Amino acid sequence: MSPIVELKDVRKSFGALEILKGVTFGVNKGEVAAIIGQSGSGKSTALRCMDRLETIQGGSMVICGHRLQDSNIDLKALRRDVGIVFQSYNLFPHLTVAENVMLAPRLVKGIARAEARTIAEAVIAKVGLREKMDFYPEQLSGGQQQRVAIARSLAMEPKLMLFDEVTSALDPQLTGEVLRVMEQLAADGMTMILVTHEMGFARKVADKVIYMKDGKVHEMGSSDILRSPSTPELADFISEAAEH
Amino acid sequence: MTYEFDFAAVLEYWPLLVQGTWTTLRLTFFCTIFGILIGAFCAVVRTGGPGWARHLVGLYVEFIRNTPLLIQSYFLIFGIASMGVRLPILVGATIALTINIGAYTTEIVRAGIESIHRGQLEAAECLGLSRVQTYLHVVIRPALERVYPALASQYVLLMLASSILSSVGVEELFGMANRIQSDTFRNFEVFVVLGVLYLILAVIVRAGFALLGLALFPRRRKLGTPL
Repeated sequence: MSPIVELKDVRKSFGALEILKGVTFGVNKGEVAAIIGQSGSGKSTALRCMDRLETIQGGSMVICGHRLQDSNIDLKALRRDVGIVFQSYNLFPHLTVAENVMLAPRLVKGIARAEARTIAEAVIAKVGLREKMDFYPEQLSGGQQQRVAIARSLAMEPKLMLFDEVTSALDPQLTGEVLRVMEQLAADGMTMILVTHEMGFARKVADKVIYMKDGKVHEMGSSDILRSPSTPELADFISEAAEH
Repeated sequence: MTYEFDFAAVLEYWPLLVQGTWTTLRLTFFCTIFGILIGAFCAVVRTGGPGWARHLVGLYVEFIRNTPLLIQSYFLIFGIASMGVRLPILVGATIALTINIGAYTTEIVRAGIESIHRGQLEAAECLGLSRVQTYLHVVIRPALERVYPALASQYVLLMLASSILSSVGVEELFGMANRIQSDTFRNFEVFVVLGVLYLILAVIVRAGFALLGLALFPRRRKLGTPL
């Protein structure tokens, strides 16, 4: 299997503060990778670098064939291949659910309105919100908004989906409905990288678990490492997470 | 005190009042359209343009907001005329008022743009929208929706302030009223009528903005909540 995501010794600083201190890992096509770790370990920054919301300062990062360290990178092509979902949903509040989903296909791919609507119907049905097509974001619960955000990314048919703590702002019940959508995506074969605090979900769905600590990958392996960690730091992290 | 009210003497001049009202309305209409276009453009430049352009817009906004409209109008109509550029008076007045309202609009729209959360821009960027597309579809529309009530007030103010232009010779409502006053010496009656007419005009302008708002912002029309 060919890696669709390949990070080699990636470094990133904000001013004098070094956040990523040489991160190396790869994710293959169709895999689900969960990045876990304490706040400040650099996991969200690593994810944001993968969609070039942040630029890296050292090492190399190849995402779906795009070399992110290149200054002449084709960002439009990168963003066609990569979808990202944020903790704060970031739906466009002045547009309906359908319009939110149709916007990028229409503007970026130049798809006609009627056809874009068909695409929107399909992806919105996939996240279970067919009856909310013409609602505005403020009329939806947090979990529903997050599912729309996922649909909005799916409408662009990405090869890779990034999830940045997408359930952190939700209560347990709403978390469940979002995780079920993500689980279905994983079952459909989508390549996914998620930064998450949901250990149960990582254990169940992730093919690869990456434990980050102090800007580096501290331990990495199949989801088995969550049951039998080999470093004491990961063991501590898991037991702390279990207490919450 | 024995003063006999004689409104009939004033209302006899109704053709002048109608003409003045019409001029005021036209002036307000064109200044509103051009003012919003200039304001939206300058607000975009001021928030997302290159450094030199931001400063240029800043200079324009501060210069206009800190000098009297009367002087700006005199400058544009008489100052420039003395250099040999002769504009029809109504055109000069429209330009002066547009430049003035454009500066205020810039500041209002800028506040709206700055209220758009960074996450919105990131989401648009990650979906592959270009900068221009992002501004058009994700920034400007919700920004305008947010500051729309403030904009509407500002443009009612513009309509009222256009009365100043009578002093550069524009025959708008106030200018006409002045003529009637000097013909009839019925000062009290003239200004009562004038006040009522301005009040009606203000209601019309507000209603116009309200209707336009319903057309422009379907979310607001449907939910009735501020964004």
